[in-house]
Amino acid sequence: MTAQTLLRGWRGYRAVMSARLREMLQYRTAAVAGMVTQVFWGLIHLMIYQAFYRSTATPQPMSLAETVDYIWLVQALLLLMPWRTDAEIQDMIRTGNVAFELAKPADLYTLWFARILGGRAAPMLLRFPLIYGMAALFFGLRLPASPAAAGAFVLSVLAAFLLSSAITTLMTISLMWTLAGDGVARLTATFASVLSGSIIPLPLFPGNLQRVLNLLPFRGLMDVPFRLYSGNIPLSAFPRELALQLAWALTLIVLGRVLLARGMRRLVVQGG
Amino acid sequence: MPQIVVQDLCKTFRVAERDPGAWGAIKGLFHRRYRHTSALDHISFSIEPGELVGYIGPNGAGKSTTVKVLAGILVPDSGVCQVMGRTPWKQRIPHVSQIGVVFGQRTQLWWDLPVIESFELLRAIYRVPAPVYRHNVEEMVALLGLGELLDTPVRQLSLGQRMRCDLAAALLHRPALLYLDEPTIGLDAVSKLAVRQFVKRLNKERGVTVMLTTHDMDDVEALCRRILLINRGKILLDGTVADLRAQVSRLRRLVVVLREEKDWIETDEARVIGRQGPQVTLEFDPERISAPDLIHHLTSAYGVRDLYVENLPIEEIVAEVYQGAGM
Repeated sequence: MTAQTLLRGWRGYRAVMSARLREMLQYRTAAVAGMVTQVFWGLIHLMIYQAFYRSTATPQPMSLAETVDYIWLVQALLLLMPWRTDAEIQDMIRTGNVAFELAKPADLYTLWFARILGGRAAPMLLRFPLIYGMAALFFGLRLPASPAAAGAFVLSVLAAFLLSSAITTLMTISLMWTLAGDGVARLTATFASVLSGSIIPLPLFPGNLQRVLNLLPFRGLMDVPFRLYSGNIPLSAFPRELALQLAWALTLIVLGRVLLARGMRRLVVQGG
Repeated sequence: MPQIVVQDLCKTFRVAERDPGAWGAIKGLFHRRYRHTSALDHISFSIEPGELVGYIGPNGAGKSTTVKVLAGILVPDSGVCQVMGRTPWKQRIPHVSQIGVVFGQRTQLWWDLPVIESFELLRAIYRVPAPVYRHNVEEMVALLGLGELLDTPVRQLSLGQRMRCDLAAALLHRPALLYLDEPTIGLDAVSKLAVRQFVKRLNKERGVTVMLTTHDMDDVEALCRRILLINRGKILLDGTVADLRAQVSRLRRLVVVLREEKDWIETDEARVIGRQGPQVTLEFDPERISAPDLIHHLTSAYGVRDLYVENLPIEEIVAEVYQGAGM
């Protein structure tokens, strides 16, 4: 697939993305239900960390206020997590209909990636303002540390979204081998939720473990943007962090493309 | 020059086999046995632009394998296949942007979106210029009666409505060649007729080449001048519907409705194969007695209210060919 063909097809992929976005925007009730659950979870986390900070005298690597920001951003952007594979693609793979995707004049990886971007953006866009608004009004979420921090946060969230979509696409592609279903997906989601900081903020992990966490792509999903927001990661470190997020996204995209090409080769030779 | 050339196309599938039961499953973990089935066994044919060809055969004969190869989504083991001068699986993207494909069992429309949005999407993917697209949509809406359907989400369409929309979707980029895989499957009589009529017009007026896979012999009889009959990966017959008939039997049928019920119609040359009240069905060999002679003979001997000559239903012919070839 040459860059030229990709560029010429850009409008097609954008159309797929926006179609999926519109399709998913229909699920407004789910967004409200999700909001209620997540505010509830956020409050529980909030109480736990308040108790934790009150009972300790040693200074922590992150202040309570920064932790509170972190917790609420986790809830507001929980869908940044690569939770699940794309249901329709999963279905196509299971039934063998995936071969018919080749009957479209488009690059398959880009088509799927665009689809996943659109499908994941919609519920996030629906939930974020609701939860963010409530948390900021009632539950102690502060505004970004500075206008520059706000900008860094936005860019970093976008990079996190690319990264998480690359992981989702990779998980979806892996179904071509496992078939039985979402084992890989669930495993990845479980690991990702711990390793990204969505359960315990990463700065609160032991030092040795943090060195390992820094080598993994998962912190780019949540930890990086949320600490940029509160100023816990200084702005001076932003370019490096962003570059790292994007490098991981790119790596996983390339890996996904390679795997998909292999899977499809097997499919067109073996025939579904 | 032919639009589709297929020469000595072969494709073998490897199917993993295991013995039944738990022990078989365990054995299968260590040692896989494979059975090789030949889906295409040196298939050759060619299709000229503007033809409307029926591709028929029993289940598992190799029909969809052929269509998949022609559509560029399956790579054969050996053989030549050129569609409009391209090898489908080698030049997939340029190839598929020139063809239209409808698989009756599946839809390429987006389930939760109004039909028109799926069309817009295909326009973007196929890069159809805006004026061409508008013209095509208008034409399709008129031909297929899609007016009110365009703003309906696909999940709310009936099967017949959906099939009409799918046909339109496959034609928005004005392909010169259309593969239809079981386009009338599961449709009611009215929708079937609508689909047939549309395909016929498309072929006649726009000159679109159509390759039609079907189990519905009425489709074939209504649409196709040429038939490719395939079984076990081999082409058994390449010819007209009449050729197909001739291969099986020359026999024709005459249905006679008598003025009053009679016990027996006596003829030497025709055999009674069915009777229902005053209606008697005779089978005769046109080589031994011509239809006019037989009719003359009957009308002079009996009081006849109505009669008509019938061909053997193509269903029966095909079934006979399948059996004759040891299927």
